[in-house]
Amino acid sequence: MKKNITKKEFLKELRKYEKGSTTRREFLGRTGLGLATAVFSAYGLSSFGSKANANIGDRVVLATWPNYHDVNNFENFKKQTGASVRVNVFGSNEEMLAKLQAGGSGWDVFVPTNYTISTYVDEDLIEPLDLSKLSNYNAGSFEKRFSDAGKVNGKVYAVPKNWGTTGYVVNTKHTKKTPTTWKEFWDLTKTSFSGRTMVHDYQLTTIGNALKYFGYSFNSVDTKELADAEKLLLECKPHLFAINSDYQPSLRNGDAWMSMCWTGDGKQLNSDLPEMTFVLGKEGGELWSDYYAIPKGAPHRDAAYALINYLLDPQVNSKEVLAHGYPSADSRTNALLPKSLLEDPILYPAKDLLSALEFGAAVTLTDPNRAELMARFKSA
Amino acid sequence: MLFPASFWFGVMLILPLIVITIFSFGERAPNGGYIPSFTFDQYLNLPARFVAFKNTLTLAPIGTITALIIGYPLAYYLVFKVADNKKNLLLILIIIPFWTSILIRTYAWIFILGSKGIPNLLEYVGIENLRLINTSFAVLVGIVYSYLPLMVLPIYVSLEKLDKRLLEASSDLGASNFKNFINIIIPLSIPGIATGCMLVFILLMGEFLIPAFLGGGKVFFVGNALVDLFLQSRNWPYGSAVACSLVIIMLIIVSIYMKFINSKNNREEVSII
Repeated sequence: MKKNITKKEFLKELRKYEKGSTTRREFLGRTGLGLATAVFSAYGLSSFGSKANANIGDRVVLATWPNYHDVNNFENFKKQTGASVRVNVFGSNEEMLAKLQAGGSGWDVFVPTNYTISTYVDEDLIEPLDLSKLSNYNAGSFEKRFSDAGKVNGKVYAVPKNWGTTGYVVNTKHTKKTPTTWKEFWDLTKTSFSGRTMVHDYQLTTIGNALKYFGYSFNSVDTKELADAEKLLLECKPHLFAINSDYQPSLRNGDAWMSMCWTGDGKQLNSDLPEMTFVLGKEGGELWSDYYAIPKGAPHRDAAYALINYLLDPQVNSKEVLAHGYPSADSRTNALLPKSLLEDPILYPAKDLLSALEFGAAVTLTDPNRAELMARFKSA
Repeated sequence: MLFPASFWFGVMLILPLIVITIFSFGERAPNGGYIPSFTFDQYLNLPARFVAFKNTLTLAPIGTITALIIGYPLAYYLVFKVADNKKNLLLILIIIPFWTSILIRTYAWIFILGSKGIPNLLEYVGIENLRLINTSFAVLVGIVYSYLPLMVLPIYVSLEKLDKRLLEASSDLGASNFKNFINIIIPLSIPGIATGCMLVFILLMGEFLIPAFLGGGKVFFVGNALVDLFLQSRNWPYGSAVACSLVIIMLIIVSIYMKFINSKNNREEVSII
């Protein structure tokens, strides 16, 4: 017999949602609320009267994702430099782009995802980084594909923050054997998991992982391949529980049994409910990485460099990782992390699974055909 | 004296309409946004959002009528059946939900309609595996719940200011309560009904939050299409064309509706605002 949700459970869910820990970014993005409520400064409201550092000013504005930093690090940064960190939280890369395109963002540092960096360069919205001001950045200590994704035309525009994957989480109480491929994800959806599967409300991952069913590239914009993916999506649509990137609540209360899932959500679900198993499709899928970058016309440029440099310090960065739970690509940082974390199969997946993954491409995000396909899928 | 009003209409209404009209004839820039142009491509592409328009134009009237069916008896009860000293309390109870964000209230419905909510209770009476959440029905429930006060309040006002002596007079002349209701109360409350229906209908046409939350992203309204076009694919010209079309459809429906209402109600012109 199932239990009714109690008041306490409800409030717990609500609080998690309010804190943003149930979703990384998509909820805010989808509703557009991120943009509307973006400008809240969580820190540094009392910066007046603190010891001002003449060199870098008294503040630095950071646009980032929910629950993505260790607050203590910001406090130490303020103690060391006199600059308080003001945080703007965002829900989607598209919103960040829209805000910078509109101008006057007032940001000094922001945290774009790999596939948007070249678009920012195209639109002339970010500046190449002066690496002489980032003494803690050592490209050699990063895996090459992570450091390279911050480069456009040979110039470094962004330095790696954290990375993750997009797989799926499945409630193994309802399966005889744990699936291992995207083919099984979609086949289960059409059969025994009918009415229990969730996919992201995000074309990049939903279309990308449907493409993986046929073994195509996650980033394909090929008309024929997209047509195959569309056929699969439309076939699965009646069997879906929801198209929603805010999937933790439905998985936790038992309505949904399986969902596309980002690393951090997978880790959180699995920690609380061991039957929630995070799977990376053998065929591949998405590997993503976030970066620090400085927008053109940043009002506190010196403070921006100081903050990025501070956060790249392995000592500081390892505390960040422990606080937010997303893996770092910096080998110096990883050397300082506990072994249990580094051996966690969700955070640091096996090499053979990782090598099949692809970075999302800029064209994948901006391709109008993929956007229209997603609209047809959602309205079907 | 008229300056604030005309300023408001100019800046908050006319200007944005002009902007989206201009945008709707433009083209999407490769990285999203807008480049100036003069093309009807965006309008020719409108059939690609046919389902969104169809869903909106189906659920908005159904939602409005359901809200009326529930809201009218409620307003009637408040005006005629509740003692004067309790009226204000009950009115406040109707308004109180507005003090909380619609986001939180809609989120609460996810739990109420989810499998551990109402469907779980229904299992005690033998109804198994009922799926409520992420259906059109759930969207309808959310819509009616959220917009009911907007229906109740205008009807309440028009019933409240109804001259009660008319009812006494017709009763004295032998009319039954039912006749009073049909011949006096309903005709005199038409302005309230018209205002309530319009308020609810217009807001429903632009709704996106409730379908996204309670429809699980599977019930696609024009509002959802607009959010995706502006925030995800950043196709401003196409989004503008969809928005312009929505405004035009609404203007047509509202003007036909006003004509109809005013022909039914010759004594006084009904105005919406």
